[in-house]
Parts: sequence; C-alpha cells; structure tokens
Amino acid sequence: MININEVSETNEMIEKENLDVRTITMGISLFDCISSDLDTLNKNIYEKIYNSAKNLVQTGEDIAKEFGIPIVNKRISVTPIALIGSAACKTSDDFVTIAKTLDKVAKDVGINFLGGYSALVSKGMTEADRLLIESIPKALSETDVVCSSVNVGSTKTGINMDAVRLLGDVIVETAKATKDNDSAGCTKLVVFCNAPDDNPFMAGAFHGVTEADRIINVGVSGPGVVKTALEKVRGENFEVLCETIKKTAFKVTRVGQLVAKEASDRLGVPFGIVDLSLAPTPAIGDSVADILHEIGVEHAGAPGTTAALALLNDQVKKGGAMASSYVGGLSGAFIPVSEDQGMINAVNAGALTLEKLEAMTCVCSVGLDMIAIPGDTKSTTIAGIIADEMAIGMINQKTTAVRLIPVIGKKEGDTVDFGGLLGFGPIMSVNKFSCDEFVNRGGRIPAPIHSFKN
Amino acid sequence: MNKIIITVVGKDTVGIIAKVCSYLADNSINILDISQTIVSGYFNMMMIVDMSKSSADFMNVSDSLEKLGEEIGVVIKCQREEIFDSMHRI
Repeated sequence: MININEVSETNEMIEKENLDVRTITMGISLFDCISSDLDTLNKNIYEKIYNSAKNLVQTGEDIAKEFGIPIVNKRISVTPIALIGSAACKTSDDFVTIAKTLDKVAKDVGINFLGGYSALVSKGMTEADRLLIESIPKALSETDVVCSSVNVGSTKTGINMDAVRLLGDVIVETAKATKDNDSAGCTKLVVFCNAPDDNPFMAGAFHGVTEADRIINVGVSGPGVVKTALEKVRGENFEVLCETIKKTAFKVTRVGQLVAKEASDRLGVPFGIVDLSLAPTPAIGDSVADILHEIGVEHAGAPGTTAALALLNDQVKKGGAMASSYVGGLSGAFIPVSEDQGMINAVNAGALTLEKLEAMTCVCSVGLDMIAIPGDTKSTTIAGIIADEMAIGMINQKTTAVRLIPVIGKKEGDTVDFGGLLGFGPIMSVNKFSCDEFVNRGGRIPAPIHSFKN
Repeated sequence: MNKIIITVVGKDTVGIIAKVCSYLADNSINILDISQTIVSGYFNMMMIVDMSKSSADFMNVSDSLEKLGEEIGVVIKCQREEIFDSMHRI
C-alpha cells in the first residue's frame, strides 16, 4: 500500500516544484473534410473539430481534479492545412478563411492553441503549399490561437532552400503584420527539419498524415522536479547524476502515461504517445537553464553547457522511455529563451549567445526557440539562420526547429514581453555579415549520403 | 474497490481527525489506512479510503472536504490512488 512519504513526495513535486502535465493534445485528421468548395470545406472542418473535441477541456479538468495534478493546456492539432485546402483554395486569402474557421472552433471548444496551419515541403512545394506559406502573415495576424509550422527539410529529402528563403520573408512579414503587439505573430510560427507527426507541443504541433483519425498525445514537463532532485546530489559523480535524472524522468513520465490513458479512455480516442519533454515556463524554478546550473555551469552558455545538455537530454529519454508504452513527439529538453528565466538571465549576463544556442541545439530536443532578434534583421539573414539549423537536423537525423521573433522597432539590448507562457526576454544579437548570395541561389540541398539506407 | 487518498496538511489543532472521520462516516466512506505525523507543529495526515459504497460522488466529496479544511484551517486534498501507484510502483 502507498505510504505517507510517497504521497508527500508526489504532492511536493506538484505543489512546490511545478510538476504538471503540460498539455493534452487531441490530434484530428481533417482528410474527410476535403471539398473543392471553400464554404463546404470550412463548414466540414468546423463540425469535425467541434464534434471531436467538444468534451476535451472538461475531460482534462476532471482528470486534473481527480488526480490532483495540474493539466495546464488542452490543445488540438490538425492535418496540415496545405493538404486539406489544396482543392478549394485558389488564393492565399482562401487559406486565411480556413485559419479563421480554426480560430473560431478552437475558441468555441475552449482550447488555448490549435496547431496545424502547416505545410510539409521538405522536398518541393505544390501551388497550395506556396499559397499557404504566403498566407501565414495574414493568418497569424488575424487569428489569436492558430499556430503554424512548415517542415522545410529532412534527413531523407535534404533541405528545400526555396522554402527556407521564402520563410525568411514570411517571418519578417509576420513580424510586421503584428508589430503593434511586439511582433508576437512570430511566436506562433515554427520552421522544422524532420518534424514529428505526433508532437503535442505548440507552436509546432500538427496531426501527421500517417496518424489515425483521432489520437490523444500528452506532453509532460517538470524541469523543477529534476532540479530539486539534483540539489540532493551536489558534488556526486556523473553516474549518480545520470541515475538521478533517469529516476526522476521516470516518475514524471509515469504521471503523463496515466493521464494519457485516462484521457484516451474517457474521450474514446486512441492513446498516441507521451512526449517526454522538459518544457520550461517563465515561472521561477521551472527552468532548464537552472538544471544546467545545478549540473555545474555558472550560467547556461558557459563552456560545458553543451555536454551538460547532452547528458540531460539523453537521461530524460532513457528514464522516460521505460515509463510509457509509447513515446514520441519531441521528447527531450527544450531550450527556449523567452520562456525560461534562467536562459534570460544567462543572456543578460552575457553568457549565452545565438551561436552557443545553435551548438546546444545539436544535442537538445528541438532548436532555436523563442529567440527575439532585432526588428531590422534582414530576411536573408533569417533564412541563413534557418538553413544552418535545418542542416544540423538533416545531418544528425534529429528534429530541429527555428522560432525567431524579429521584433519590429526594437534593437539589441531592448526587452520584449509576450505575456503568459510565452514569457519575455532580451533582444539577442545577430551576426551582421551577409549570406544573401548563399540563400538566393535557389533549389534544394541534396539529402546526405547516410540517408541512403535502402 | 475505489481507493482515494486524502491528505490533510496544516497547523495542528484539536479534532482534525474527528471532523474528517465523521464526514467520511456520514457518507459511507470506509477508511482503510491512516498515517499521521507532526513536523514542527504542522499536522500531516494521509488516509486511504474506499469510496465504492459512498453516498456522494468524488467531485462532491472532494469539494466538501476542501470546504471542511477551510473551516478547520487546514488544507485537505482528495486524489485518486492511481497517481501515486503510477509514480511509485512498477
């Protein structure tokens, strides 16, 4: 039988160390909504999502109450809209009508983000893909909760540099379209290499084409729990350090697995995966940078940081994988800047630069995430940063992503505040040398030699 | 068996267990196990109860006990046992 110490340990994790289930995300396929008539398509999309997810929020709240564990977000991901809208949408504005439908249905079912305003263009772009990508600035500035992502590369296909170049422009245009709001539209746009089909985390979630009609994916978190556990093993060797992270990740993930199964049963929707991520929030103590500090670097960004992050990421996966029947999504440590107080402190202290963050993305679970840069950064420079990050993903057979926010009207050293979970942060310095000729070449970068495994 | 863990945390005072137990008895909730400690004046109790014959549903019991806790000046939480089992038992 459970004893009082175990009960206290769990409840301390929840009450003092910010243990929570970060999101229950319902993936919904929209393939059966496709129509060549735009009005019919929008109507079908609204009805499919509403009927699938009308009980999602209430179910999440019930589970949270019964188990005493906060479930912070209830969200939806849908099939990439470039595919769903391809028959009906003849212009970018046609795609924007779908974004508005998604925004409306998301609000009507009470969720806080909906992902999947997306295109998969890792090798080439169809006309519909291009129209959707070009519609992103308008779609994100005229909706509140719709998130967009574009997969522009993969280990199997190489990197679509035309799409990379185009997205440099799209990010700048999105920043301009939302300039009255600190360019916050860009916080809802992610560029991927090797995007997973079952990611429950925003802004990059979409419901992959290989997925079932509906699915429940759950993202757990708990940087504060790992940090507290590590405080007890200060000065111990790497074996003890790694074992402690693994055990903690196991416990955290078991809660995610329980919630995922319970949500799946109650909603009558199959369980997909648990995403074993350490996802920080701006709350004090809920920081991945603080874990790195606890492991032994003065600030995130100091020499040793990449190695510390590599071991953290790997141990989280090892511990978590044993705790869940299916793992997937992004799974690992996120290193966003504006959502993590420790990262913000590291930037302000001069310890952490964009270049060091890029190195860290070689071993973390995602990429350059939530980084505010000067508003006058050229679109070709943004495309160059994207290309670098995509290359890391392609060569290392891992997911990488870029979520940069060129904040119009702000310059290096200024501060920007996006509010809530998105946090605030300093505008980071960007290398000023040009890559125009490189990104303007056009075409695609071929797949690496080690992708040919057939 | 429908096992619920009730935890009571707060400043020690007369009659905490009595009040919680009489509420449980009134609602036909059977107590399977109680453990309790006092650390530097703070009362920390855990009860494992079986709600399968309860006259009230989980949400009602949870809300009522929370309210009872406020009256006594302690924090009372009800959680289904599975969360602890998941985390601490393989």
